[in-house]
Amino acid sequence: MSREDERSESSERASGRTSASDAEGREVRTDGGDEIEIPEVDYVSGSGLPIRGNDIDTDQIIPARFMKVVTFDGLGEFAFFDKRFTEADDLKDHPFNEDRFQDSSVMVVNSNFGCGSSREHAPQALMRWGIDAIIGESFAEIFAGNCLALGIPTVTADSETIRDLQDWVDENPDGELDIDIEDETVTYGERTIDVTVDDAQRKALVDGVWDTTALMKSNAGAADETARDLPYVGDAAGSSAD
Amino acid sequence: MSDRTLYDKVWDRHKVTTLPTGQDQLFVGLHLIHEVTSPQAFGMLRERDLEVAYPDLTHATVDHIVPTADQSRPYEEDAAEEMMSELEENVREAGIEFSDPTTGDQGIVHVIGPEQGLTQPGKTIVCGDSHTSTHGAFGALAFGIGTSQIRDVLATGTVAMEKQKVRKIQVDGELGDGVEAKDVILEIISRLGTEGGVGYVYEYAGEAIESLGMEGRMSICNMSIEGGARAGYVNPDETTYEWLEETDYFRENPDEFEALKPYWESVASDDDAEYDDIVRIDADELEPVVTWGTTPGQGIGVTDPIPEPEALPADKQDTARRAQEHMRVEPGETMAGYEIDVAFLGSCTNARLPDLRRAARIVEGREVADDVRAMVVPGSQRVQETAEEDGLKDTFEEAGFEWRNAGCSMCLGMNEDQLEGDEACASSSNRNFVGRQGSKDGRTVLMNPRMVAAAAIEGEVTDVRELPETEVTTA
Repeated sequence: MSREDERSESSERASGRTSASDAEGREVRTDGGDEIEIPEVDYVSGSGLPIRGNDIDTDQIIPARFMKVVTFDGLGEFAFFDKRFTEADDLKDHPFNEDRFQDSSVMVVNSNFGCGSSREHAPQALMRWGIDAIIGESFAEIFAGNCLALGIPTVTADSETIRDLQDWVDENPDGELDIDIEDETVTYGERTIDVTVDDAQRKALVDGVWDTTALMKSNAGAADETARDLPYVGDAAGSSAD
Repeated sequence: MSDRTLYDKVWDRHKVTTLPTGQDQLFVGLHLIHEVTSPQAFGMLRERDLEVAYPDLTHATVDHIVPTADQSRPYEEDAAEEMMSELEENVREAGIEFSDPTTGDQGIVHVIGPEQGLTQPGKTIVCGDSHTSTHGAFGALAFGIGTSQIRDVLATGTVAMEKQKVRKIQVDGELGDGVEAKDVILEIISRLGTEGGVGYVYEYAGEAIESLGMEGRMSICNMSIEGGARAGYVNPDETTYEWLEETDYFRENPDEFEALKPYWESVASDDDAEYDDIVRIDADELEPVVTWGTTPGQGIGVTDPIPEPEALPADKQDTARRAQEHMRVEPGETMAGYEIDVAFLGSCTNARLPDLRRAARIVEGREVADDVRAMVVPGSQRVQETAEEDGLKDTFEEAGFEWRNAGCSMCLGMNEDQLEGDEACASSSNRNFVGRQGSKDGRTVLMNPRMVAAAAIEGEVTDVRELPETEVTTA
């Protein structure tokens, strides 16, 4: 069984299919309008893996040649592909290749992680490999937004804290990291550290409103009204209020 | 209310409501879609039994995977054909206008929007592509989104966003000979860093920006995201309005032009607008900028020495060392003289008509160096058509360049146009990330289009100011 199959539950959750995520003990909430259940993500636990380096761009996370697809299915095996495999398909040194990190679900990264393209294929590939949360020094904005749209927290801390955490994770590949989204803390070993979760992200995750389609659809009347007031749209607005 | 930026004004006009998360729900005035990031979003709509809310405010093109050599259908590559077919199916079902290659209007999404007059001041514009910031050149608020957000926009015509801060980048003075808009933005990114713009929208202002044509402004706004800023804009002015008046939309609707102009004028930043930060750059000091590394922030003047990693801030040193190893460059040397194998003139940054014209003046009467593979990929079918009529195609072909059809091409290597092995490429595109141009050992040097032309001729990175321009007789 591939890792992706094992993790299919989280993929389904985030691709917006009806999920059975309450099997993980998380509360689920149903948004009005359609029947998509959006789990509240107030707590993420799992062992970690360090991905070191600044400016790790989305072309590294998922090379463009793997984007010639019309679904996100199966992208997990291509995460960091060119960092993991040589031309001859031999394994390179990379945490994603190490046996000790195969069950890890929390990535610990450095600064400007996910810079570059807007491709959601990048967080989709990571999620489908098995990543549930990312802790780092900083994240590129579009990448962080894409993670949020999948219910994946992107939590930040200063560089020294991150380096300590990466070292600890390296030494304790089975060690549990507990991310408390609401309290903005990460507990590992004997330590609890303060981290930052962007306000809107925190609220969206904790309240289970990170999938915004149904929520925004419920404001269709107000959207139409906003459109009618725009001189370039005016009455031409193809009304969506159905 | 007389101290607001364009960003404030456009945001307020499009705000539908504030969501429980504290984010604002913004109405989207123009949603551009293409074949790579939209099919999954249409799939999500089908799963949820939702329809496209505003098909009339949505426009499609095909650019990322489209072959630039043989475009006959079905495409030679199955995956490309499948993506194209999927897009055709999706736009047909939803009733979305599609600038496909049979229309003569196809091209890179950030080239065709402005060409057709879809891109206008005071609009909110989104697309599943980070270079959507390009459209900010017209005084639009334009930014890239991911596929789940595309689903939101398709289903609701709106997007959830947090408001950012605004940094004004004031570029005073005048650009010297051989120095272009591309050099301005590469300089900005190397000064402020690839993440310097996170949390900000960039307003580009000052004499050097105002004196640029729309294409130059687009080149600058295009690479805002390379500096971490999701959006960048230039306040609309007469240059903007002159462009708009010549587009299809306003030629067909001249009354609209007059009717909308007051709105466009009203959204420009007020003279006493308040900014969260202001950065000043002196255009007179700039020279052509080239990158020595593997992020767009690793740029230097073509005559400057490549920095010692140890001389950089602590958090940049590791990245610099790895980049120099990959690029095989030595600190202390200049990039001038760096041998290249490929010259790529294309991309949403620099494949518009004036870009090709300027490059042609360098190429005219010269020949591409032996062993250099040089190609021109026009940004759109219209650019291509006009360039062919003007004789630019002949100029490039006579010099030994390949002349291709419109698309993203070797900017990101999603079609057949790719670097091979460890080839080094002088590229007018926007990203020099490892693997970006299709080969993980490939080496990309970003530069302006005239510099690409000069590199193609000389076979190495060359200061274009040392190659005198020739007159393009037919242009």
